[in-house]
Amino acid sequence: MSDNFSFQLWRYEGEPGELIPLLQSAQNHFGYIPRRAIRYISGVTGIPESDIYGVITFYSQFRLRPTGKLHIRACDGTACHVSGSRLIIETIEDELGISVGDTTEDGLFTLHTVACIGCCSLAPVIMINDETHGNLNPASLRKLLRKIRRREERTEVTASSHGR
Amino acid sequence: MKKVVVGMGTCGMSAGAQAVYDKLQDLAAGTPGACELTISGCIGMCYAEPMVEIREDGSRVFYGNVTPQRAEEIFRSHVQDDEPLTEDEIVYLEKADGTVGGTEAAFLAQQQRIVLRNCGTINPESIEDYENAGGYRGLRKALLEMTPEGIIQEMKDSGLRGRGGAGFPTGLKWSFTAGHEADRKYVVCNADEGDPGAFMDRSVLEGDPHAVLEGMIICGRAVGSDFGYIYCRAEYPLAVRRLNMAIDAAREKGYLGENILESGFNFDVKIRQGAGAFVCGEETALFASIEGKRGMPRIRPPFPAEKGLWQKPTNNNNVETFANVAWIIDRGAAAYASFGTEKSKGTKVFALAGKTAHGGLVEVPMGTTINDLVFKIGGGIKKGGTFKAVQMGGPSGGCIPAALGDTPVDFENIPATGAIMGSGGMVVLDESTCMVEMARFFLEFTQSESCGKCTFCRIGTLRMFEILERIVNGEGQPDDIDKLSSLGGQIKEASLCGLGQTAPNPVLTTLRYYLDEYRAHIEDKSCPAGVCTALVDFHIDPEKCTGCGLCAKNCPVQAISGEPKKVYVIDNSICTKCNRCVTSCSFDAVYKR
Ligand SMILES: Cc1cc2nc3c(=O)[nH]c(=O)nc-3n(C[C@H](O)[C@H](O)[C@H](O)COP(=O)(O)O)c2cc1C
Ligand code: SF4
Ligand code: SF4
Ligand code: SF4
Ligand code: FES
Ligand code: FES
Repeated sequence: MSDNFSFQLWRYEGEPGELIPLLQSAQNHFGYIPRRAIRYISGVTGIPESDIYGVITFYSQFRLRPTGKLHIRACDGTACHVSGSRLIIETIEDELGISVGDTTEDGLFTLHTVACIGCCSLAPVIMINDETHGNLNPASLRKLLRKIRRREERTEVTASSHGR
Repeated sequence: MKKVVVGMGTCGMSAGAQAVYDKLQDLAAGTPGACELTISGCIGMCYAEPMVEIREDGSRVFYGNVTPQRAEEIFRSHVQDDEPLTEDEIVYLEKADGTVGGTEAAFLAQQQRIVLRNCGTINPESIEDYENAGGYRGLRKALLEMTPEGIIQEMKDSGLRGRGGAGFPTGLKWSFTAGHEADRKYVVCNADEGDPGAFMDRSVLEGDPHAVLEGMIICGRAVGSDFGYIYCRAEYPLAVRRLNMAIDAAREKGYLGENILESGFNFDVKIRQGAGAFVCGEETALFASIEGKRGMPRIRPPFPAEKGLWQKPTNNNNVETFANVAWIIDRGAAAYASFGTEKSKGTKVFALAGKTAHGGLVEVPMGTTINDLVFKIGGGIKKGGTFKAVQMGGPSGGCIPAALGDTPVDFENIPATGAIMGSGGMVVLDESTCMVEMARFFLEFTQSESCGKCTFCRIGTLRMFEILERIVNGEGQPDDIDKLSSLGGQIKEASLCGLGQTAPNPVLTTLRYYLDEYRAHIEDKSCPAGVCTALVDFHIDPEKCTGCGLCAKNCPVQAISGEPKKVYVIDNSICTKCNRCVTSCSFDAVYKR
């Protein structure tokens, strides 16, 4: 893994200001920013680990904990908010038995909220990994989540060699 | 040959454009020579996505809400047999002679598209398409026929004002950066689009990325800079992808790089992705973020024109501002200034969303009224609701009530209402929106996005949020309204950057126009809109309830009783208002009042 990661660091040209792009590639690679990535970046850039930590915690995009396999981002932007996004978020919490920011015990779902995904006319909207789902209501949402869970359980059985 | 165009912006994709495109690709592959299949950005009719357009000999026919099955129908009938579907299935059509029609023609009729001139028309991934539409003509003129001073004069004459929110005159801003000598200067494009409910910049970047690049290059020439950054919001992966493609293509064609168009002028750009911090839309915070630091605003002066990015003179403009530039240089300042009002020239793009019947992206001359936007273009309110207010400017702005619907939208009249022009987010609200809760929502947002540098912004917004929180929870105190307005005034006074200076706006405007709603929450412990859970009772609509019993099963305190297949009833003396019955009913039968 770390070999792949240093390959990403090829793009580091010693230019100041590359810290955030580096953290972004680390997160793309690991799904979050692990301690060892911070140590590594500090080594190549010469920026103290404490400063890097300060930058990570400033930006909401960066995560210090791993996410589940499926990352749900429920939109709570203005348009979604007035179209009932609170209800959508509560329904996800209820269906999955977790709160915003948490991951389900089986490591399948992580729930976060975001402010606007940019397709407000489909409000309320959620994203599951890179897929957007719009015009939701509690019933269609529960159906969607159950469908995904069933699909995942099936692939789990057939691809148990995958080791996750 | 017919051209079949599928709208592939984020919005179209979310609505299912990829499946439609794949279907058409299969069909087109099966009948070689029948048509040319291509993509476009979005025309702005988000509510009708996915959209498919058939283009032939100067005529354009748009179909809306297309499913893969419908795509096949359209392909067989319109493309293969030359039989367009019936008029009522066509959302918009433009004949070669200029006449227009279609069920949704009204949506486009009042629009004046300068920024969106190519959105939904050209393939944003093809530089040739952009050139054929007149692209890079402005750049050629700027580099080969004009002096930097001439370009700045033209921008001043056009009357263009910054579209990022503050409305600062663009030509004047450019002249400041041009006036500072330095070994290096920067051009920055602010594509952070932080307003949570706005998507103008995203659509422009996805639908016409070259227009933004061309504007930046012209700006570089005018201010004497050879390097630019585009700071793009993290949530816009498609925009970043298209921008990267555009940059590569422009470099290859000699519009970017060294000695552009043999003029001796060099310019290049780099994209930086934001990492999710609203305050980074503020320009000095944005510079800090590009420099790899925490995005904290700093005191001005020195202004960016003197010391901006890496302490060098920097000119920062918004995406939409840049997208206007090439058009102005190409067509002339007078053409641009012929649109708009006396002090607000040109057009403005708005993202219509919320309870509007026709959510989407629209561009209108400055001075168009709110009512025209909401009713003539937006088609009124969804599901027959009543228009209550528009929210403009997001967390920095405010709610303008329906009674002020004839207010012209421009940099003079909107601020007079207490709201701000903002970058173009316009969220339409109906009677189901609680204004107090709305204010609470925005304060929660700004409170969590405050960078923490100024005490009033950091702690003051938290105190305001707490007061609003207790009001919506039915624990409001008689002097809360006074506390909110005095605290709001103090935060505006004592904050360093625009975030804190405008954070109280959503509260102050709702206090101004909806004081009775605040009073109802505080004095009568009731929420007129039926939104604030603590102040309402739960009921089951007998018309909708099917008697499935799911709500009763889910109620943690057994407050719901009934028999299978009969209407269930909630006992509000037991109910703890947990909301589980609402989230568990599949028939939308539980309501609050
Ligand atoms: C908290 C805050 C957020 C902002 N967000 C944005 C933004 O997302 N996009 C933008 O163009 N300008 C934003 N601005 C305004 C910029 O600071 C700056 O005024 C603007 O980019 C200048 O461009 P213009 O002259 O072309 O409007 C924001 C300002 C503040 C205070
Ligand atoms: S006003 Fe708020 S966001 Fe702006 S610098 Fe001060 S604390 Fe930071
Ligand atoms: S869940 Fe809905 S439909 Fe079923 S009994 Fe309750 S209110 Fe009626
Ligand atoms: S809101 Fe909660 S406690 Fe009240 S009836 Fe519904 S499920 Fe029961
Ligand atoms: S507010 Fe949810 S997508 Fe814009
Ligand atoms: S259809 Fe393009 S932004 Fe909505």
